[in-house]
Amino acid sequence: MRVGIVGYGAFIPRRRIQLEEIAKVWGADAPAYRKGLQLNEKSVPGPDEDTVTMSVEAARHALARSGGIDPKDIGAVYVGSESHPYAVKPSGTIVAEAIGATPELHVADLEFACKAGTEGMFLSQALVKAGEVKYALGIGADTSQGAPGDALEYSAAAGAAAFLFGADEEKLIAEVLHTYSWTTDTPDFWRREYMHYPRHGSRFTGEPAYFRHTKSSATGIMEKAGMKPSDFAFAIFHQPNGKFPMRVGLDLGFTKAQLETGWLSPWLGNTYSGASPIGLTAVLDVAKPGELVLLTSFGSGAGSDSFVFRVSDRVSEVQGLAPKTRPQLDENKIYLSYGQYAKLRGKIRMAE
Amino acid sequence: MRDVCVVGVGLVDFGELWEKPLRRIWTEAALAALEDAGVDTVDLVTIGCMSSGLFTGQEHLASLCVDELGIAGVPAARVESACASGGLAVRTGFAEIASGLSEVVLVTGVEKMTDVDGAEATFALGTAADQEWEGFHGITFPGLYAMLARAHMARYGTTREQLAKVAVKNHANGLLNPHAQYHLKVTVETVLGSTLVADPLRLLDCSPITDGAAALVLASDDWAKAHAKGRPVVKITGSGMATDSISLAQRDDLSELKAVRLAGERAYQMAGRAPKDLHVVEVHDCFTIAEIMATEALGLFEPGGGGPAVERGLTAIGGRVPVNTSGGLKAKGHPVGATGVAQVAEIVSQLRGEAGQRQVQGARFGLAQNMGGSGGSSIVHILEVV
Repeated sequence: MRVGIVGYGAFIPRRRIQLEEIAKVWGADAPAYRKGLQLNEKSVPGPDEDTVTMSVEAARHALARSGGIDPKDIGAVYVGSESHPYAVKPSGTIVAEAIGATPELHVADLEFACKAGTEGMFLSQALVKAGEVKYALGIGADTSQGAPGDALEYSAAAGAAAFLFGADEEKLIAEVLHTYSWTTDTPDFWRREYMHYPRHGSRFTGEPAYFRHTKSSATGIMEKAGMKPSDFAFAIFHQPNGKFPMRVGLDLGFTKAQLETGWLSPWLGNTYSGASPIGLTAVLDVAKPGELVLLTSFGSGAGSDSFVFRVSDRVSEVQGLAPKTRPQLDENKIYLSYGQYAKLRGKIRMAE
Repeated sequence: MRDVCVVGVGLVDFGELWEKPLRRIWTEAALAALEDAGVDTVDLVTIGCMSSGLFTGQEHLASLCVDELGIAGVPAARVESACASGGLAVRTGFAEIASGLSEVVLVTGVEKMTDVDGAEATFALGTAADQEWEGFHGITFPGLYAMLARAHMARYGTTREQLAKVAVKNHANGLLNPHAQYHLKVTVETVLGSTLVADPLRLLDCSPITDGAAALVLASDDWAKAHAKGRPVVKITGSGMATDSISLAQRDDLSELKAVRLAGERAYQMAGRAPKDLHVVEVHDCFTIAEIMATEALGLFEPGGGGPAVERGLTAIGGRVPVNTSGGLKAKGHPVGATGVAQVAEIVSQLRGEAGQRQVQGARFGLAQNMGGSGGSSIVHILEVV
């Protein structure tokens, strides 16, 4: 049985804030950030956008590319995020209701810093493979928070990606060939209960956390699959900023050409649970049948999930059936002042 | 007073040693020095450490460390003089042997600085400033040294480019030191283009946050000669120490580091040497301006001559008096308590002719200058190969 993606979709909010706009508020060195982190601007959720609404949008785009799958046949919905609107009450139920998948299905919210999205994808493909459900929907979505003035404020962004997994031969867009995960207890970034903003171990988030886990995961899956970087048409790595995914890819022996298509962070920022999954949607938008794709996520705490996909013939039929990712990133942007951004992100203390 | 020799040196590779706790870093350096000296028992252990309490929550360090090394029972003392804690550990070991209290002493320095974030590290380092006159008003060390730089520039015409050249030279030297935290080439342009920290000092004028440890074995002259096994014997011929007001506000002159001058004069007098005798020097370049001011205070150059000297290459390897061949605090890294010990270790390596690619040919007389805070304390040692 071949299991794979039978529908995919992304959602990126229209609003943006530029790095200089943030830097000038804090008297920070914008050129140094632009060069050091390779960030230019980031997406910002609008007043009616949150992890749930973005998940619904992305899921609808995935259904539009599914070739008429009945939402009632979706047996599981998983929403991975670290910005679920409720601390207690699932996001997944709202999403499942909105797309018409209730009531006979399994729903769970997942959290693992930036890799909750690929967790949902992993569980979805595994349940389909096990024959437990016909279709399963894995979503990664975040409206991430960075404390005012913190380095994270330049990257924490908003967006979502959704992937429907199934085993219908004629519906396959990209088959899952291999999966692999690499996990340790590495506390590089965290947010405790009732804390508004996350904390991070600054430089500790680099080598011992992001690079060690993504490299081990990508190397592990290639060893398991008996593949090498040159076998792939595309590789997508978790993108907490512009610099890290390009560096890890080049270090592993990938070329800039293999990495660029799914490298959105310089203009999108870090969409956390949505980051590498949205990168995958940008790749599927242009991929050709037979091409191999490597996806490697990273979640602080820390772990990394990797997938090897082989793009199927149906990909070219579905690419135009829903909004593509690059146009969502590049077009119809609304630029915000820091004041507008602060209002939208709830950073202004209002009358009680 | 008995003559005192350095018979063993040991260093760990400096850097962000996230995988290793403080006691492990310390033990690795201690074992390396003991092995280099060929001894397994000592009469005393001294440990220079500025603030293990604030950096790792651990005090009572001397007992903790010697127990980890497996020699609990031995007398051990942790000494502190801010960033000059390492130099103080050397001087304490020196005094023990010179006085006849001990025959063989393990002298160490250690600091584990990366267990806390940047703000906490800045606070911990800031405790070396005068809290009432400086710290409580918000100034941190880059700001204090920026004021010293401004004063030096105003009085002597020291230039921004001269400061940059200190970083360029020390990073070039660091490339040749396998223990250094940074192995990267730096140009005047990269220094001048780095992030502004405290005008006129930029990021590449500042020494980094570092985990590291260094160790020496000191022994009496008789012991050293009996155990030399054909290796050059390096003697500490001068030890000078001095204090100054911690706060800049209390000083008469901000363009001079008085404690460094006094410590240097005392060390020269004990050793019977003069600045012109020196072949290799390590100074406390926590900021680029500190190297320029230290070379002047030590009499290597006239007041105001430190900037032009670095510009003319007089302090480069191959220059008139090579300064910071190890890469200095700038490139080698600055685990504050370990720094003063590591400086002496570098001079010993040079005098033994074991400094590899950065060897100063024919070096026989060397000096190491360690400093606390913005010059509130300084310790100078002069070493000679016999």
